[in-house]
Amino acid sequence: MISAQSFGENGKMKDYHHTGPVEYRFSPYTFNGGTVLAVAGEDFAIVASDTRLSEGYSIHSRDSPKCYKLTDTTVIGCSGFHGDCLTLTKIIDARLKMYKHSNNKMMTSGAIAAMLSTILYGRRFFPYYVYNIIGGLDEHGKGAVYSFDPVGSYQRDTYKAGGSASAMLQPLLDNQIGFKNMTGVEHVPLSKDKAVQLVKDVFISAAERDVYTGDALQICLITKEGVKKEMITLRRD
Amino acid sequence: MALEDFCSFRNNPHLWTPASLLLPLQNPASSTPGIPEHHHSGRRRSELSNRDDGPPLRLTLPPTSAARRLMPTVRRPFPLTHGTTTLGFVFQGGVIAAADTRASAGGLVACPEVHKIIPVHSHLVVTSSGSGADCVLWARALEREIRLYRLRHGRVLSVRGTAKLLAFMLHPFKGTDVCVALTLCGWDQGPNGAREGPKVIYVCSDGARLQGELFSVGSGSPYAYGILDGGLRWTLSREEAFSLAREAVFRATHRDAYSGNNVDLVYITEKGWSRREREDLKEEYYRRKEEIGKIVEERCRKTD
Repeated sequence: MISAQSFGENGKMKDYHHTGPVEYRFSPYTFNGGTVLAVAGEDFAIVASDTRLSEGYSIHSRDSPKCYKLTDTTVIGCSGFHGDCLTLTKIIDARLKMYKHSNNKMMTSGAIAAMLSTILYGRRFFPYYVYNIIGGLDEHGKGAVYSFDPVGSYQRDTYKAGGSASAMLQPLLDNQIGFKNMTGVEHVPLSKDKAVQLVKDVFISAAERDVYTGDALQICLITKEGVKKEMITLRRD
Repeated sequence: MALEDFCSFRNNPHLWTPASLLLPLQNPASSTPGIPEHHHSGRRRSELSNRDDGPPLRLTLPPTSAARRLMPTVRRPFPLTHGTTTLGFVFQGGVIAAADTRASAGGLVACPEVHKIIPVHSHLVVTSSGSGADCVLWARALEREIRLYRLRHGRVLSVRGTAKLLAFMLHPFKGTDVCVALTLCGWDQGPNGAREGPKVIYVCSDGARLQGELFSVGSGSPYAYGILDGGLRWTLSREEAFSLAREAVFRATHRDAYSGNNVDLVYITEKGWSRREREDLKEEYYRRKEEIGKIVEERCRKTD
């Protein structure tokens, strides 16, 4: 049931398995699914997300991308509870505008990441149920990825997957981009085309195994020329 | 005084309550979450050096016990990052702070390469355990307060003073969800009023503030204590202390599911702190396995 959390006899949360008396209580949160991925290269960054918006057993929309462009050098991917994603991106946009007007320059990726961390922690006791990943170019023009937890803990990474299929995608990225758990391999730096192809392959795999991921894939490629978007269809079942 | 400055007590003593640390002093109802309130009125910040910055933390308070009946606390549908092994001890050559680098959220490793040893100033580091976001934020807030103290009073606050300040910063959040257990490892430089030398002080969000010679915090701490209690002496050499700390974290990561990946080691002397290169424990595990394999082989050969 939407907007409700069910509790069993011992007070613990119950998801789908209902035996015995169940108490329904209003929950301000719900899980809308979706996967986000970001990869940082030498002079580029990629932020990709699927476009399915689901809730429980239903699909609300097949065309709801989770990447939001913040500046010409930064894109944020938000997955989790869609209501909080929308509000959070509105707040970030407003803060960006205020910074631009008071400081006469655009915020850098690192600054946006630090600001987002404090915005999220401001709601430590009623958190935004959003898993954020910021991808962009830093002040030196190098690719940067910042990954967050829902209450604002963050750090800079080379690659990160977030959302419903993150547990499946992260080990694959560790192996293919981070060359982890492999011996005798040459660590070649990732080229732009190879990275885009890898992201496509990885999402196709995620759509196979995760019910909340699918429909279409939106890839935002960030280079010094700006942000370029690309749409690829995925499984719609 | 550092506490007065932090709590804005000097300027508004009548408004000082633990809650004043959190809500903005004027118009709490009109402030939108996320938007700092000086933008509402359109005023520019003044350039005065002794201006009242206001409370350094603007957080929406959790419901108080009276309000809790009307608005029950919302249950979080996701787990936060937890689980760790950190340790700090003093010996004749200084202070050692060591920690693993795994951040786990429920059963998933959220990040295998976290920095749990955070520098505050040149002679003080903080090892963090508990909830990841809380530790990073409180370490940052502490760094800010120490810097402000140094600018206002012209000297670095002692480790004991820092611990007291941190304990008072955490006090309003006692009983809430905030889960922070920090070990301050530092070196006090004289002349300060404080006794010069190495210090390890443990501060946690429950309100504990303890000075000691050895602390280990986290889910892996029982295993680390076993190694440390067996090997720790004041007269250890630098290399022996390094290998003891490393061994303690290694054993804890081996037995505790929520600790793992790499071991970070930071060494503090009167000259300041210096970090040893992060070491991947996977190699160490395989090296030991080989050695044990050889010993077992020997034993089997002898008994045959």
